[in-house]
Amino acid sequence: MILTPQDLDAFRISLALAALTTLILLLLGTPLAWWLTRSRWRFKFLLEAVLALPLVLPPTVLGFYLLIALGPHGPIGGLMTALGARPLAFTFSGLVIGSVIYSLPFVVQPLQNAFRAIGQRPLEVAATLRASPLDRFLSVALPLARPGFLTASVLGFAHTLGEFGMVLMVGGNIPGSTQVASIAIYDHVEALEYSQAHWLSGGLLLLSFLMLLAVYAFNRRFTAVQP
Amino acid sequence: MTIEAAFHIQRGDFSLAVELQIPRRGVSALFGPSGCGKTTLLRAIAGLERDPQGYLRVGEELWQDRQRFRPAHRRPLGYVFQEPSLFGHLDVRRNIEYGFKRLPVNGRRVALDRIVDLLGIAHLLERQPHQLSGGEQQRVAIARALAVSPSMLLLDEPLAALDMASKQEILPYLESLHRELEIPVLYVSHSRDEVARLADWLVLLEAGRVLAAGEVGELFTRLDLALAQRPDAESVIEATVAGRDEAFALSLLDFPGGRFRVAGSRLPPGSRIRLQILARDVSLTLERQSKTSILNIFPAIVDALSDAGKAQTTVRLLVGGLPLLSRITRKSAVDLDLKPGRRIYAQIKSVALLS
Repeated sequence: MILTPQDLDAFRISLALAALTTLILLLLGTPLAWWLTRSRWRFKFLLEAVLALPLVLPPTVLGFYLLIALGPHGPIGGLMTALGARPLAFTFSGLVIGSVIYSLPFVVQPLQNAFRAIGQRPLEVAATLRASPLDRFLSVALPLARPGFLTASVLGFAHTLGEFGMVLMVGGNIPGSTQVASIAIYDHVEALEYSQAHWLSGGLLLLSFLMLLAVYAFNRRFTAVQP
Repeated sequence: MTIEAAFHIQRGDFSLAVELQIPRRGVSALFGPSGCGKTTLLRAIAGLERDPQGYLRVGEELWQDRQRFRPAHRRPLGYVFQEPSLFGHLDVRRNIEYGFKRLPVNGRRVALDRIVDLLGIAHLLERQPHQLSGGEQQRVAIARALAVSPSMLLLDEPLAALDMASKQEILPYLESLHRELEIPVLYVSHSRDEVARLADWLVLLEAGRVLAAGEVGELFTRLDLALAQRPDAESVIEATVAGRDEAFALSLLDFPGGRFRVAGSRLPPGSRIRLQILARDVSLTLERQSKTSILNIFPAIVDALSDAGKAQTTVRLLVGGLPLLSRITRKSAVDLDLKPGRRIYAQIKSVALLS
């Protein structure tokens, strides 16, 4: 094996970060996307614009502001220090917070589209069949939005796996703690260690492709049984 | 037992402003052209359309007023939408069980097997909704609505989205529903034929207002309403099957004005049947004709007259107290000197059996 233990660590940290971020985003994003779909709040568009920012913002910009906020003198880091905890900059937890913000639109938007595609009718039908609002959400909206959940999970996971600038700013590339695979590849290329860069890149390529393959295969099967 | 409703709903250009009472028995139809507000009214009754000023009382229970609003899922109704709207992620059986499972056990008054039999869908239970025809899907949707043991069934043009064959397939089920289950039905329709077949009570809507409400037989024949002015104006009369004239293969049908003799298939004695009589098939004579091929001749009293164009007159008759329309030429009306109160004979050339 050409990969060093440090490379394997970086790969493991990437997977753990992506998995945890996706999980948190599904938990936060589902109610958020549902609310965005259903709400008639006048200023909803403002919130939607803010939530979409990570799509267009350079990752280093987001990383920079997060670093400031999470550092010992930032509002969040300062609060942590005052409470006797360690500031979050250059920690794995800090990376998770950054990734959740960074990948949020990649999870929320597919969910929002899926909820919108269901339309009002199935929920009205459920209401006339004695289902309470929460019951309608769980027994009708969630199952009908299933393809959207798969898309959201894979996009959120893959996007987190691929982030670079934000992770570098917030995490600081500490091997074994905040060094992720995408940064390790960059380090190898810098040091002209192309074979290790190949192994890590190939691994990420294969993983990303397999995930997308799963989504398209599933969605094809799912849409094939729809009228 | 009645339903008392008052709604004022504004949606863009359209406004619905109605106050009405509907009997809570038999089939009541909300009838009118597209865009008259009948679906909005039905949705408001179901609690799907919010009107903060709305008022709705069903029998003894107040469902909404300015202070209170009982949400849709707490109203003991069954609702069938224009499109079947089956849940795509559940098979037919679980579609039907969806509402049933959500009832408290002591609220499950209707047996699922009976509903499944009534709508003839036992062979479809294991299928997925997209494998069914439009007519089958709508039958499943009706079964699903009945499975919640509703105290009232709301149907929003359940046949409108279907082709002619599927319509003919479902109508008998709707009629048997009406006979077999004693659930009051509120039925939205823009089809006069459906209303003539199914409805007992009629609410005529136009541009968000109630034009008139009353018994079907009454409203079809009121000369001040458009129904009686149409070229194909008709009367609807309920009769009871009294027996059969075997020698001539005629069914004998009694109604308060006399006895109809009608050719056609054998009907179970004692059953109620609806007769549809086109106004242009009813001619009038001052004396009873004996030498005529027409079988159905009844004494009648002229109730009212209204000219239908330059050449024709619509005459509203009372036969045994029931209204019957006749369309004759204006000249005949003058020659016979027809005026309210005049005693005459109505000769009915043709009768259609509706159920």
